[in-house]
Amino acid sequence: MEQKILDIHDLKREFVMGDQTVRALKGITFDIKAGEFITIMGSSGSGKTTLLNILGCLDKPTEGSYLLDGVDVKGLNRDELAGLRNTKIGFVFQAYNLLPRTSALENVELPLFYNKTITAEERKERAIKSLESVKLAERFDHTPSQLSGGQQQRVAIARALVNHPVMILADEATGNLDTRTSYEIMALMQELNAEGKTIVFVTHEPDIAAFSTRTIMLRDGKIQKDSINQNQRSAKEALANLPESDDY
Amino acid sequence: MSIINLLKIAFRALKRNKLRAFLTMLGIIIGVAAVIAMMAIGEGSKQSIRSSLSGMGSNMITIMPQSNEPGGVRLQGSSIQTLKLEDITAIKKLQSKNINGLSPVVSTNGQAIKGGYNWPTTITGVSPDYLNIRQLKLQDGILFSENDVKSFAKVCLLGKTVIDNLFPDGSNPIGQIIRFKNIPFQVIGVLVPKGQSNFGQDQDDIILAPYTTVQKRITATNYLQSIYASATTEASSAAATAEISEAIRESHRLTAAETDDFQVRTQAELISTISSTSSMLTVLLTAIAGISLFIGGIGIMNIMYVSVTERTREIGLRMSIGARGQDVLMQFLIEAILISITGGIIGVVLGVSSAYLISYFLNWPILIAESSIIISFVVCAITGVFFGYYPAKKASNLDPIDALRYE
Ligand SMILES: Nc1ncnc2c1ncn2[C@@H]1O[C@H](COP(=O)(O)OP(=O)(O)O)[C@@H](O)[C@H]1O
Ligand SMILES: [Mg+2]
Repeated sequence: MEQKILDIHDLKREFVMGDQTVRALKGITFDIKAGEFITIMGSSGSGKTTLLNILGCLDKPTEGSYLLDGVDVKGLNRDELAGLRNTKIGFVFQAYNLLPRTSALENVELPLFYNKTITAEERKERAIKSLESVKLAERFDHTPSQLSGGQQQRVAIARALVNHPVMILADEATGNLDTRTSYEIMALMQELNAEGKTIVFVTHEPDIAAFSTRTIMLRDGKIQKDSINQNQRSAKEALANLPESDDY
Repeated sequence: MSIINLLKIAFRALKRNKLRAFLTMLGIIIGVAAVIAMMAIGEGSKQSIRSSLSGMGSNMITIMPQSNEPGGVRLQGSSIQTLKLEDITAIKKLQSKNINGLSPVVSTNGQAIKGGYNWPTTITGVSPDYLNIRQLKLQDGILFSENDVKSFAKVCLLGKTVIDNLFPDGSNPIGQIIRFKNIPFQVIGVLVPKGQSNFGQDQDDIILAPYTTVQKRITATNYLQSIYASATTEASSAAATAEISEAIRESHRLTAAETDDFQVRTQAELISTISSTSSMLTVLLTAIAGISLFIGGIGIMNIMYVSVTERTREIGLRMSIGARGQDVLMQFLIEAILISITGGIIGVVLGVSSAYLISYFLNWPILIAESSIIISFVVCAITGVFFGYYPAKKASNLDPIDALRYE
């Protein structure tokens, strides 16, 4: 009954730079089922971002196969990849990447502008719902400069959710945040996961990985370890146990 | 991607950078305003020269004396004494269908006196045809007759300026006697005022009298300053000119080898000469203004290039959430067009209002042609597409990963 959202086989990615070839991914094989909360770990340069970009259809593998929600990504052109990103994927970046001087609501609406089938009312309605689900509904008219880092990242998560993606991809989404705010974001991720969202979360911090259900460890472009997290930590509890003096 | 969504996206992007959008627009605003104001001034002066020239009588033919001795001393037209009354007779003898009016002109300056008032003016001796040729009209009284001409009658018609100066109390001049160079003239008519000519002359500072009277009693000469004729229609004026030339050459007994000792000009010629000069002026003014519009376009291109570089991450983000290359291309193109068209609208308003201000404060004639508004508007839209395309193309070709990573 468990449905495969993503299935990659012997995935390779090489970058040709002049006469040098950088082999960033050297044959990766795994699949992800609906409802999983996966963290991808590894030291800097191990290929985490390269892998996530391919999973997110921003990049194409040099070799190997990739099935996303039953679609073979290999044969698709630039525009078709854009279409997939628009309907199946929600990105969350380390640097938030919100449009400056633009309200939270308009930022969240953005992906729906590139979807012809959605009307203006529907767009607004969904954006507000999405902001509600990250508990920022009352800040819909604030611009990024009027929001804290954690709030900005929550807007970015709302933006990733607004197109009802099959999975959310996050690249070091807590990398710019302090511990407490990071835990708040992870609590939000766990909540979304509990509602059924599939999440792939890239991080290099082990305490963040502890909040997921499964961890894939990359090293030098290969999978070093792929393990189910037997005792997933609750971010809510972790938050409660943080010392009061922690500044936020 | 629907066009409404694209418009909204582009509009929001511009809203985020209002000041920059406005500064970019400024080049277009000034360019369009300049084109419209310049064309309004150029067309206006052309139109006003045209209408005042044809107000003088568009079928009018002027015959002036001219020296035909190439080696001789060149004299001013008025001091050459080649035109005589015999020339009038010669032209009359033609009985041409192309000519419907003919009048000699003898004029001299002098003091006009009435009672205690006097006024320096010009008396012009003409035939009754003169009024029709010059499109002068009587406001009051009557015109002198052919009989008055034959009998050297001392009667005259006055222009408004002369009346204002000789009858400052506003009394009716008809029937009164005025003196010009001590010769008494009875006023029998008053001319409808014409105002200033294009060249700043007061066309109402005028006394008309039978040419015979002026020649005999005042100038005591028998040559003419000029001859005025009128062609039946504007189309027949060329034929009339040829006939008149032939008749005068015959009456002057010029051999085929000798050049004309007179000059025949039609008003139609003069109008086309002057309006082509002012057309050239309009073209020149418009070209200068057009260059500033072009520079405004380059300004758009410059800013769009800068903004593509500056907004690389924004472009990367848009692509990562599903914008296709052509969506990004259209967004930047529409931004450029919105800037140029908004600039164009503001420019039109500014151009039209500054043209009116110029005409109001400087009293220059203006004419705002619809075509000038349409042309500058179309040029604006084309400018937006043309100068916006390359930056937009550059944006759409970015790789989303590179763009997202751009610092
Ligand atoms: N566009 C690129 N061109 C060349 N080499 C690249 C490019 N992107 C990544 N790499 C290389 O691939 C390797 C993996 O990079 P990356 O996936 O960013 O690692 P991580 O995100 O785990 O830190 C690194 O050695 C990096 O230098
Ligand atoms: Mg990375």
